[in-house]
Amino acid sequence: MNFWYSLVDLLPFEWAQSGSMLFMKNALLAILVISPLFGLMSTMVVQSRMSFFSDALGHSAFAGLAIGALCGLAAPTGCAVVLSVVFALLFSLVRRRSNLASDTVIGVFSSTAVALGIFLSTLGGRSFTKFNSLLVGDILSVSPSRIALLALILLAVVLLWVFALNQLTLSAIHPALADSRGVSLFAVEALFNCAVAVVVTLTMTWIGLLVINSMLILPGAMARNLAKNMRQYTLFSLLGAVIAGIAGLMVSYYIGASTGASITLILAIFFAITFAFRKKRL
Amino acid sequence: MTKPIKHQNCSTGCHGSCCLKVQDLTVVRGDDTILDHVNFHMHCGELIALIGPNGAGKSSLFKSILGQMSGASGSISFHTATGEHLKPRIGYVPQSPSFDPGDPVSVLDLFVTAISRWPVFLPTPAKLRAKVLECLKRVNAEKLIDKRVGALSGGEVQRVLLAMALEPLPNILILDEPMSGVDEVGERQLLDLLDEIRTNYDLSILLSTHDFGTLKRVDKVILLKKQVLVQGPPLLVLSSPEFRAQFPEHGKGGAQG
Repeated sequence: MNFWYSLVDLLPFEWAQSGSMLFMKNALLAILVISPLFGLMSTMVVQSRMSFFSDALGHSAFAGLAIGALCGLAAPTGCAVVLSVVFALLFSLVRRRSNLASDTVIGVFSSTAVALGIFLSTLGGRSFTKFNSLLVGDILSVSPSRIALLALILLAVVLLWVFALNQLTLSAIHPALADSRGVSLFAVEALFNCAVAVVVTLTMTWIGLLVINSMLILPGAMARNLAKNMRQYTLFSLLGAVIAGIAGLMVSYYIGASTGASITLILAIFFAITFAFRKKRL
Repeated sequence: MTKPIKHQNCSTGCHGSCCLKVQDLTVVRGDDTILDHVNFHMHCGELIALIGPNGAGKSSLFKSILGQMSGASGSISFHTATGEHLKPRIGYVPQSPSFDPGDPVSVLDLFVTAISRWPVFLPTPAKLRAKVLECLKRVNAEKLIDKRVGALSGGEVQRVLLAMALEPLPNILILDEPMSGVDEVGERQLLDLLDEIRTNYDLSILLSTHDFGTLKRVDKVILLKKQVLVQGPPLLVLSSPEFRAQFPEHGKGGAQG
């Protein structure tokens, strides 16, 4: 961390002065880890048409946090991760076994998870207000140990990309073809769903439940306006997420608004611009 | 019209060529019999068309040959021209492949995801690109390499998927309704291409079709409706009472296109 702090000290901002505003420096580092994470995941969430699914995962993570808090666990986050992974696997299973459309299955899970979360967190007449911070998110409260954890997750996702992106992409663009070439659709889907579950749950506290899904959709959606192939798609999505992440943090610092919301709004502007300038792609 | 087969100097097996034997293939799903004692042989270099009304079990037959059908009984065996029994390598071109028009996936990307372990989000090594070009050359589609899959025409999609099915080179090539969504010119080109491929690579090709105009150009037609109603040379099948019973509108004296 000290290395990072001395690195940031070189920046010409008032908050970057040596020895002060450590929370801001932590937040910047966290953004530098979280935003590429979302930039990568986003390409596949959009490609596999899972936008609504990642939203539902946030809800299940919320239910998990509520259960954790109720049980008085020291680390409700662990409980939330477990629950959302179970949720992701259950979802993959139900979608495979039933012939309901996948948006219907997601709707069933999503509303159940939210209801469970609200039910548990208000059980016995308790107030919901202590969960408000979860809805909006607070990047400034991130601690160095959490950043380290997120960095590990980023590494894991990069590894997942190196070893499984081909299968993921093929199953997303043409399931029958993937199947005929020996790709296990269920395994690939379940693995990716779990990855989304873990990422959403661990970052929710800092980005905010209400806007986290947009972080998973906007970079990919924006990149699709421009990209002609997978390399451009990944690159644009990554760049968009990182630039919006840093810009969003600055905006929220100087104007004083939620960081998660600022990042999302900047991404939305990126989307509007790329949409206006999208060329007829060949 | 029998095409020359390159394995002719061989003494064993089905007339000295490699052969896929489907024997008494039966598929039962719940109370429904989907396929009922289906029997046929397929030799290399042969182009066979599978026809039949909707729900006749064509896709189930394909899945059985691909080994993806649960509840199948009977046997599907394959032996090479030298009489050696082995698991055949099957190239499969799935039905009505629809790519999302917005997908940022180029033909090159599609190949990289399917035929290599190289992560598709990294710059493609020159060697891999050359290999993909070589695959596309087999179907005369080199110029499509950087085109997005969503921007391909129906005929171009078929070509690209065919090129993928040919890598690695299979013993048997299966095409599910390759003529759907392809115009007349594209259809003729595709048939020319299949002719070229089967003579160049000694493949057996099995395709399903609803387009009876193409049947003149195949070696053998199998009319399927849960069981094989009739099989044989196209003219024989097209003039058979079984064919007329299934397709009365195409009846009188053979194919009309």
